[in-house]
Amino acid sequence: MAQAYTPGLKITKSTILKKERILPLKGEVVVKIGDKVKADDIVARTELPGDVIPVNVANKIAIQASDVQEKMLKQVGDKVQKDEVIARSKTFFGLFKSNLKSPITGSIENISSITGQVLLRKPPVPIEVKAFMDGIVSQVFEGEGVEIENKSAYIQGIFGLAGEITGEIKVVVDSPNSELTEDLIDESCEGKIIVGGSMITYAAMQKIIKMKVKGVIVGGVDDEDLKKILGYDIGVAITGHEKIGFTLVVTEGFGPIKMADSTFKILKEFERHKASMHGKTQIRAGVMRPEVIIPITFKEDELKEKQAELTGLKIGSPIRVIRQPRFGEIGNVTALPEELVVVESETRVRVLKAEMKDGVEIIIPRANVEAIEE
Amino acid sequence: MSKTINSILATDCGSTTTKAILIEKIDGVYRLIVRGEAPTTVEAPFDDVTKGVLNAVEEVEDLVHIKGNNGRLIIKDGQIVVPQQGEVGVDAYVSTSSAGGGLQMMVAGVVKSMTGESAERAALGAGAIVMDVLATNDKRLPYEQIERIRHLRPDMILLSGGVNGGTTKHVAELAEIISAADPKPRLGSSYQLPIIFAGNVKARDLVKKELKDKTDLMITDNLRPTLEQENLGPARDKIHDLFMEHVMAQAPGYKNLMAWARTITDEGQNTENVDIMPTPGAVGNIMKTIARLENIEVVGVDIGGATTDIFSVFTEDQVFNRTVSANLGMSYSISNVLASTGMKNIMRWVPFEMPEKDVRNMIKNKMIRPTTIPHLAKELILEQAIAKEALRLAFIQHKEFAVTLKGTQQKRDISEAFSQATSGKSIVNMMSLDILVGSGGVLSHAPRRNQAAMMLIDAFLPEGVTKLAVDSIFMMPQLGVLATINEEAATSVFEKDCLIHLGTCIAPSGKYKQGKIALEVKIELPDGVFEEEIPFGEIRLLKLDVGENAKATIIPKYGNDVGAGNNKELTTTISGGVVGIIIDTRGRTIEFDEKLGVETKRIHIPENETDRVKSLKKWMIAFQAYPKDQLK
Repeated sequence: MAQAYTPGLKITKSTILKKERILPLKGEVVVKIGDKVKADDIVARTELPGDVIPVNVANKIAIQASDVQEKMLKQVGDKVQKDEVIARSKTFFGLFKSNLKSPITGSIENISSITGQVLLRKPPVPIEVKAFMDGIVSQVFEGEGVEIENKSAYIQGIFGLAGEITGEIKVVVDSPNSELTEDLIDESCEGKIIVGGSMITYAAMQKIIKMKVKGVIVGGVDDEDLKKILGYDIGVAITGHEKIGFTLVVTEGFGPIKMADSTFKILKEFERHKASMHGKTQIRAGVMRPEVIIPITFKEDELKEKQAELTGLKIGSPIRVIRQPRFGEIGNVTALPEELVVVESETRVRVLKAEMKDGVEIIIPRANVEAIEE
Repeated sequence: MSKTINSILATDCGSTTTKAILIEKIDGVYRLIVRGEAPTTVEAPFDDVTKGVLNAVEEVEDLVHIKGNNGRLIIKDGQIVVPQQGEVGVDAYVSTSSAGGGLQMMVAGVVKSMTGESAERAALGAGAIVMDVLATNDKRLPYEQIERIRHLRPDMILLSGGVNGGTTKHVAELAEIISAADPKPRLGSSYQLPIIFAGNVKARDLVKKELKDKTDLMITDNLRPTLEQENLGPARDKIHDLFMEHVMAQAPGYKNLMAWARTITDEGQNTENVDIMPTPGAVGNIMKTIARLENIEVVGVDIGGATTDIFSVFTEDQVFNRTVSANLGMSYSISNVLASTGMKNIMRWVPFEMPEKDVRNMIKNKMIRPTTIPHLAKELILEQAIAKEALRLAFIQHKEFAVTLKGTQQKRDISEAFSQATSGKSIVNMMSLDILVGSGGVLSHAPRRNQAAMMLIDAFLPEGVTKLAVDSIFMMPQLGVLATINEEAATSVFEKDCLIHLGTCIAPSGKYKQGKIALEVKIELPDGVFEEEIPFGEIRLLKLDVGENAKATIIPKYGNDVGAGNNKELTTTISGGVVGIIIDTRGRTIEFDEKLGVETKRIHIPENETDRVKSLKKWMIAFQAYPKDQLK
């Protein structure tokens, strides 16, 4: 039978990480295998073809579509400057001229004598891909990008907002159960990635933007507050492109939920270290979760790939509850009964028994826990 | 050909799970033997869909062995064996697929509500997800349309436009826009993007000139040869062909899977290939088959984690429509249900108070941890309230799409003139609908079948006399593709093993009159006669088991109708199910939905908070939907 529980988010003090950094379309890789790179170094670049601007020449200078080719002063492939005349018609025995100026600087892409449209293309847009994390170039995909490898402390979040950043970690709360409130944020947080506990308030988010804090890692957030910050309701879980002034990584979920002790402990241990993080989240086939990567020093022979193992839950396995009741609490598996059990909602499900931190033994659907990976 | 088939294996390769069913002919009747499933293996690290298929089929073999048939095998040397030889193999192996996000298409037409809409219908009917509809009048500037094509990267584009002999200039304009975008296919960069042109025959040369070199252009019959006529068949067939040749052939492992999908052709050992169908196309196929064979009108719904698909077959001509509400679902897009319908519409169905903040957080937590299940009764009630809204919204979209052809000049007889029949009118008629079939986790796996019946009724508002059913284990896709080679096997298993008959809903259409009698009902049940004058605002649940029938005489009041006309008595035979007969007099009144900004039919729920909660609890108890003590 399939594993009926969520494999936990990865949280570890030390792991060998590999990250592919790929261009959106073919281009040039500017590093080679073995190069040591910093997060902000450019590893590959390309040019995105410019936008296409159609201009209906026939309408603009009052000629038949079939005459457009003849009246064009520029041909397919020719470069044009903004306001340069590209087509000209003469009327009334040549006494009046009608000129058409190019609305952009670019080139002529196509001339149609059927519709009278001329397509102009803007100059290409340069695209650069950065390394994102400090490490070593372990593979080069010719014309496409690279793979960067390093050893890092690594925290996967459950949900996030906004794109890639790097910054120094600063823990501003004294426990994983504390709220991240506005009074905890001051000038010393500027340009940093700050760490909160169970929850971030709306006022704290506003202060973060004002103080130019680069990123926040926190246990929970209220959806109402996110809606206010974003100005809209998140519809489907595809994030990472938001422009809110900081990058957010939520480690536990929505509402006030204590940050997992192990997560808080790692962040505390690596305070003042440089980290790379992003809030990109996609929950569907090809799941993507936000990440916090804290590179640590390593020797090259340490970079040996370990096969990921999917181990099932066992008696004694640590778990975290990921739905009400007891959302966010941690315990250890005490029994894994095979038979289906009817829970309060009358749903017949596979369950497990677990002893929680307060000593109480609970019965809970296996789908509502996640394994805590050590 | 079909009489020689004694065993069939059918698989459905979904984005997350591959499901396999084994059907065998026992005593002359096709029946489902067992069902197995395994994770789909189309993505890394496996990159081969056949591994998941073999795993699912191995589970089928194991389950057959548990049932006592120890020697039965389907796989030999890592392959599915066709035809069956002794105890090994099957006479037919068929499959559907939606792995890798299914078939994603863009369509284009000259006028959005005419050829654009016809092209959309053709693509949806073939089982595609329509990412966008381009039209010369879609209010976007050409550069915006070009950007959109470049950004979306569809699997293929269906270009239509112009009735035969009509505009060629606008069609050429669309071709130029597509050409300027220079679209690249989503899967694999080694082949050109397939484009089907199914528009004005006179524009074919212009389209060829523009697109032949840059794309893999196919030309087929115009899907709207005249304004009054739609001819979607050739375009749909072409979509299927290209789906097989391009999209499927690019997906990891599908070449092998396509070679395995075979059926015997005669009494001997000859076999031929069977095409793999896109999953929703196959579901549509079984719906159409059932509607045709039983001469009935059908609505089917599949509510998933990300999307809600609705299928319908209406009118004497058995017109088939399918819509996909891409962002209405119960996990991945649950948050979008809230964004679309608003908190008020969701909480309308909830018989207890809950701070908005908590509801919002619960919905978002379900979105980010989609595999969790409601442990607490209150969370179940809330999830089912959200499901009602997702289904209601998806059905509103479906009704707006399933319409008579727009832009036509109709010859009307006198009765049509009085009924104000116009072009573009919805053909969905809840009064003439015969059966409503639900599937998808929230409906098929509801802890009580009564909850599935309640969700279907509250969301779809059936009128008159309507049968309700759910697909127990979602095998409609497999049966849909099976119907293409053996209709008898597909329909037999559909009726006997796939559908769970919930029962019949009786509901008057029209006005709600507070405190008055809505219906006079007499039903001759096996254990006695039920006779009652039922006031407005009530639910009655009567026991009538699966396979049992009862004669019913129903007289609607206050201008209401149950199928025979306003205030007219209806005498009919109604069939039972695991839930029974549900009589619903809560009204079907037209209300303005503030959030959606449209007039929609709703059941009458009191505005006053205390009365609303009291009514909801009364109905939920009458439905026997939840334990009484949870509703206190």
